[in-house]
Amino acid sequence: MTAFSWNIVTDLRSMWQYAFMRNAFEAGTVVAIVAGVIGYFVVLRRSAFATHALGHVGFSGAAGAVLFGVNPVYGLLLFTTGGGTGMALLGRRASTRDIEIGTVLAFMLGLGLIFLSLYNGYATEAYSILFGEILGISDAGVLLTVEAGVFVLAVLLLIYRPLLFSSLDEDVAEARGLPMLALNLVFMLLLAVAISFAVQVVGVLLIFALMVTPAATAVRLTRRPLYAIVVSASVALFSIWAGLFVAWYEQYPPSFFIVTIAFAIYLVVRGGPFVLDALERLVRPSGRATGGRSAGRFTPNTETEAER
Amino acid sequence: MATVLSRSTDPAAVGPAIRARSLDVGYRKKPVWHGATFEIGRGEFVAVIGPNGAGKTTLFRLLLGLQRPLGGDLEVFGEVPRRGNPRIGYVPQRHTIDADTHVAAESLVQLGATGTRLGPGLADRAQREAAAEALGSVGAADLATRSLGGLSGGELQRVFLAEALAGNPDMLLLDEPLSNLDLRRSRELVEVVHELVRSRGVTTLLVAHDINPLIKCLDKVIYIANGNVATGRPEAVLTSESLTALYGVPVEVLHDSRGNIVIVGGENPHEGAA
Repeated sequence: MTAFSWNIVTDLRSMWQYAFMRNAFEAGTVVAIVAGVIGYFVVLRRSAFATHALGHVGFSGAAGAVLFGVNPVYGLLLFTTGGGTGMALLGRRASTRDIEIGTVLAFMLGLGLIFLSLYNGYATEAYSILFGEILGISDAGVLLTVEAGVFVLAVLLLIYRPLLFSSLDEDVAEARGLPMLALNLVFMLLLAVAISFAVQVVGVLLIFALMVTPAATAVRLTRRPLYAIVVSASVALFSIWAGLFVAWYEQYPPSFFIVTIAFAIYLVVRGGPFVLDALERLVRPSGRATGGRSAGRFTPNTETEAER
Repeated sequence: MATVLSRSTDPAAVGPAIRARSLDVGYRKKPVWHGATFEIGRGEFVAVIGPNGAGKTTLFRLLLGLQRPLGGDLEVFGEVPRRGNPRIGYVPQRHTIDADTHVAAESLVQLGATGTRLGPGLADRAQREAAAEALGSVGAADLATRSLGGLSGGELQRVFLAEALAGNPDMLLLDEPLSNLDLRRSRELVEVVHELVRSRGVTTLLVAHDINPLIKCLDKVIYIANGNVATGRPEAVLTSESLTALYGVPVEVLHDSRGNIVIVGGENPHEGAA
């Protein structure tokens, strides 16, 4: 293992001499792009809780797969697609879903626990499902991730406009003839597949860092959906690459660095404008016109809130 | 002869925008209104009024093909209503957008034009032009790049109107677009809608609680109350005799010096007077 140099290309090359690092970067890249793209719709549809729940449902599936000696990703896929189908059929209105999702979620976690206790192997299996095992992805795992990623992105590209329409304006989209139940079902299935593969990288407990944080960052930076999707995928991609990079030199779990970097970017984007604003007011306490204008830019809701 | 020919080849090109014949409407075992027979001409501006729960929104659901009548016939541009009819633009009731939605208004309006098509529409210049045109025609060109979550109630209603217009419909169904607006913004929005009716000839039905901001622009009123429907010119429908017959109890229509009307009586006097 070589020491850190400021030549990042050389650093990456030395990491990529190892197959497990190549696999981690390859699978991580695919997972980041898919999670960043679908995460935009998660944020827009307010499906964060469903995402969280699908991850946990996946945990039970993975634990069951481990118990039966099957590749955990198949258990994940089985349980998340099953759970996603159930959620989609329960109700398409996001606001009414939380209770049902929570009910099923609690039961599924219990199921995961019994699978784990029946399994007499090492606790590391459970640990890697919960927190991810990006450095343990096999060549076959990379291939499967790439295939699944291409599939999810292709379907998302195809249904992009109807999905966006139904996410933004459900009532009008329905009146315009869009099949709401089918769209919701397809979305939940894509989300299930994306989550199943993201679990390899950050685990079920940290899934938010890839599915929600980058998109939540992106919507603060641009109001155009396509740009936001690109920004979201870029933030996720940067978080994974930088996380792997740092983890190469600092022997702590890559998942930790990945979620920390994603969160740091989010903090800068959310807090940055307020900090700049405060600084501007400090420097120019009398410049009310400029200060007021920038304050208005960053908090556009204040003056119109009362009317709504 | 030529007229007869065109009528037979394209029945949708002539005739009224809406034709209802002894229409019975409601949910299973719970009729809402019955025996409605009326016609709405093309390019007419129509207010749909009546007390809460009278079935005003139900009329829209029928026209949109989201619900079927219990009996009778209903035609929209000479055809049975069907869901997804691109000739109808729709703004639902109590329509709002979460204040947390960071999406440009023009993105929503574009979806009004092409939101049902497959593919990302990256190179679709027409959808951008349609959105810009629709926003311009409701006086909201300056809202194009604003975030939906940051718009006021009146601004949002204009954006929704533009979204409905972007598909270039022949009919607009606006369900209580004025309900959250103060009097001045109500009048502004009515002015915008009236201008659309005049310039584009788009048949427009607008559900409202208060007839007064609208009364000078209207061609017709559809008054729904007590399971009955009365349709006609405002001065014919909004009379004590006609509303008494509609409600089945004595109702009085009062006029003030500025042409505003107040409806007293009926089963829900508060709503009637609103």
